[in-house]
Amino acid sequence: MPARSDDQTIVHVLNRAGFGPRPGDVAHVREVGLAAWIDQQLQPERIPDRAVEARLRSYETLDLSSREIAQQYFLPARQARKAKKARGAEEPNGGEAETVVGPNFSSAGSAGPSADAMSPGINRARQVLVELSAQKIVRAVYSDRQLEEVLTDFWFNHFNVYAGKGLTRVFITEYEREAIRPHLLGRFRDLLGATAKSPAMLFYLDNARSADPRLARELEARERRGGRGQKGTEKLRRSIPTGINENYARELMELHTLGVDGGYTQQDVVNVARAFTGWTIAGPRKADAGRFVFNPRMHDTGEKVVLGHRIEAGGGIEDGEQVLDILASHPSTARFIGTALSRRFVADTPPASLVERATAVFRQTGGDLRAVTRAILTSPEFFAPESYRARVKTPFDFVVSALRATGADIRQPVPLERTMRELGMPLYFCQPPTGYKDTAEAWVNSGALINRMNFAVALAANTFRGVVVSDPLPERNQQDTETAVDVFLNGDASDTTRATIQRATTAAQVVALAIGSPEFQRK
Amino acid sequence: MTSRRVFLRNGGLALLSLGFAPTFLARTAAAASTRTKLLIAIFQRGAVDGLNVVVPCGEREYYRRRPSIAIPRPGDGTDAALDLDGFFAFHPRLAPLVSLYRNGTLAVVHSCGSPDSTRSHFDAQDYMESATPGVKSTNDGWLNRTLRAERTTDASAFRAVALAPTLPRSLQGSAPALAIGQIGQFGIHDGASGAMLGTSFEEQYAAAADSVLKGTGQEAFEAVTMLKQANPMRYQPAAGGNYPPSAFGQALKQIAQLAKSDVGLEIAFAETGNWDHHVNEGSTQGLLAARLDDFGRGLAALVADLGERMSDTVIMTMSEFGRAVSENGNRGTDHGHGNAMLVMGAGVKGGHVYGRWPGLSQEALYDGRDLAVTTDFRDVFAEVVTRHLGVKDASPIFPGYAIARANQRGFMS
Repeated sequence: MPARSDDQTIVHVLNRAGFGPRPGDVAHVREVGLAAWIDQQLQPERIPDRAVEARLRSYETLDLSSREIAQQYFLPARQARKAKKARGAEEPNGGEAETVVGPNFSSAGSAGPSADAMSPGINRARQVLVELSAQKIVRAVYSDRQLEEVLTDFWFNHFNVYAGKGLTRVFITEYEREAIRPHLLGRFRDLLGATAKSPAMLFYLDNARSADPRLARELEARERRGGRGQKGTEKLRRSIPTGINENYARELMELHTLGVDGGYTQQDVVNVARAFTGWTIAGPRKADAGRFVFNPRMHDTGEKVVLGHRIEAGGGIEDGEQVLDILASHPSTARFIGTALSRRFVADTPPASLVERATAVFRQTGGDLRAVTRAILTSPEFFAPESYRARVKTPFDFVVSALRATGADIRQPVPLERTMRELGMPLYFCQPPTGYKDTAEAWVNSGALINRMNFAVALAANTFRGVVVSDPLPERNQQDTETAVDVFLNGDASDTTRATIQRATTAAQVVALAIGSPEFQRK
Repeated sequence: MTSRRVFLRNGGLALLSLGFAPTFLARTAAAASTRTKLLIAIFQRGAVDGLNVVVPCGEREYYRRRPSIAIPRPGDGTDAALDLDGFFAFHPRLAPLVSLYRNGTLAVVHSCGSPDSTRSHFDAQDYMESATPGVKSTNDGWLNRTLRAERTTDASAFRAVALAPTLPRSLQGSAPALAIGQIGQFGIHDGASGAMLGTSFEEQYAAAADSVLKGTGQEAFEAVTMLKQANPMRYQPAAGGNYPPSAFGQALKQIAQLAKSDVGLEIAFAETGNWDHHVNEGSTQGLLAARLDDFGRGLAALVADLGERMSDTVIMTMSEFGRAVSENGNRGTDHGHGNAMLVMGAGVKGGHVYGRWPGLSQEALYDGRDLAVTTDFRDVFAEVVTRHLGVKDASPIFPGYAIARANQRGFMS
């Protein structure tokens, strides 16, 4: 912890352990004390959060199970589409589970209906993802549990799933709520296990349909004996899993635990995949539809060697659990996670000393994420001058920090969802499992910068649809250059930025120039 | 019919004319070499049904396996396929492209695709845009690596432009590339403040201590300035440039506008969606036909509008995979494998369907159901990049893949 905690330091912490200061935040932290504030943030369950609860009350889908979401929101959409088709109307998206409304795949160039023109049934399906994106933005902007929101963003991204892939969007609300959020400051092994068993991950990375090839062979043999008709066989063959799918096994090691250079081989990938056969999702007609289930008929019970550890033959679900134990306690994992968290909180290329320390804490505590996070947030490297403003805000950081700094009131979240797409970071729609990049060059491109400036202009002028900014410069006088530079830029702006703000004639212009400035793009 | 501009170094660009009727203005020596080779990449997202686009009318299996959605052979009725070479024929909605085929502008490369077996749209698009099939950890796109292969010290802000709201995977990477949804809207929307905010922001970024933000900011404002005087509402395409009113048509029109205004455009990207016809694909009429109508008219308009600029331009179309040979139970097609790519323009030896056609007999099918891939898409990309853009060594653009002239189909001279 630093010897003194002046306002600059406080803002630095609010920018890293949170999404930037709101009016009054700096004074509050000064009063509570920086060390105490960080302590509080590390125990988010003890921080009341009524403002957020109130804002989220009208969102119907957030607490539903995947099964309820499927039944109440997606089935009606499917039925609406079928009805439309029966009437002979044009089917812009092909109506298949894999065909989605998403940035990479949406109606570019088509004459399809806009979201507003969609029938109520189809609108209901979209509501699930709209509410999910909205709650993420609302929480980040209004929650007093700021660190919890930063960590939810980090860990969701680390264990990324893509809402655009088929049924993932049915499972994703439950995924963030039950697999990610409860484990942010707990044991890494628990977080890992929760994601491994989540239907969202099982579907997104195809493990749900990874099966021992003997299953397919058995079924084929049975058909040959049973004499089913040609059509029945082909239909069945297309629906049963035909073999092992390595997708999850590879990403589990490459992206979730060891890292690409973490020391696993292709043979390890194969054996990990074999270990996870049977980890799947209960089908729609089952009592526990849409939940994790272990299906022993899909499981490869042979002996496996994973990273030098022998997994005995004849096992069931415990094969996969054993793999997770091995991975969670592997030294490469400690380093991979220590590095990722250090990068997030300190710098794109985190100082080696910090990475060493975070890695050591991870190992010594058996993956206690609260301890690792605390170690980083109280480290000398975190408070070093080189860390100050060292990171570029992602589009999400930028939008949320702008909404916080201006005291904005979100009335309608959909336009903000669109902004996130225009800035290149559609929420829950990051397609590859690598998640969004956490370093500057991903976000700094010409088009995105122009869009950030336009967002700043509209927000400050109170013309951004769905958001009300009643007073963009709430602290002290308006049109005061120093105030704006203090409030938005932590007192730190180039002479040129100051000069441009000085030339402004309205509060809206002052704030636009502050939020759109290069200084505000950094945290 | 080219428009010229006055090019001011060190401090901004004054664009005096963008796509209006011919206006001749003096070109400074500095601007003399701004006419560049252009590659326009067009991605059909959703796996277009290549077998119904470039139809193998000579294949009995095609007709046997598609009882309700096959395109009738040329001459079989008034709305039949349009013959190309006696075996292949275009879907009738691609009529605007037939003359381009016949006059040697357009070539087809059939049964192209990826060696990877994925049938996931998302993975397959990722693999095609990164040009690393099977590898998900590639950070950048093949078009960005192409930009880096031809290093220029004098890169225009408009060197690579995607007419799309977000930068496509193909263009992601360290070389600068712009994603512009509408060129008429690309700029600071000042509203009541007039131009004051835009100018102020420009000054801020020019003075930024942060080199990353400073450099990118400067590119952004250069581009904005160049577009400030453009008025796309008044842009008049050349004769024959009858773009369909769709987003795709408008994207192509803006690419032509940028290409003809000599802003240094080298790579342009557009995408078109809604090709995923699992249900009710239709044949000469219906869902696919409607999309092909837009597609064909758009491409034909683009070629006509580019006019003599076509002598420096190659247009290439692609899609992440094709569709199954047999129709499914919903009068549509499921995901397949091999597909057809179209290539048009400078140096293209058109009027021919390239590639080794594997046939549609059961033994020849991939996985027993799909058109096989006999040409890796990377070989098509590589042929264009080396023969048209003049990249000498294409290997860095296709990591992990051996680029060899022998693997290329020879559609480029």
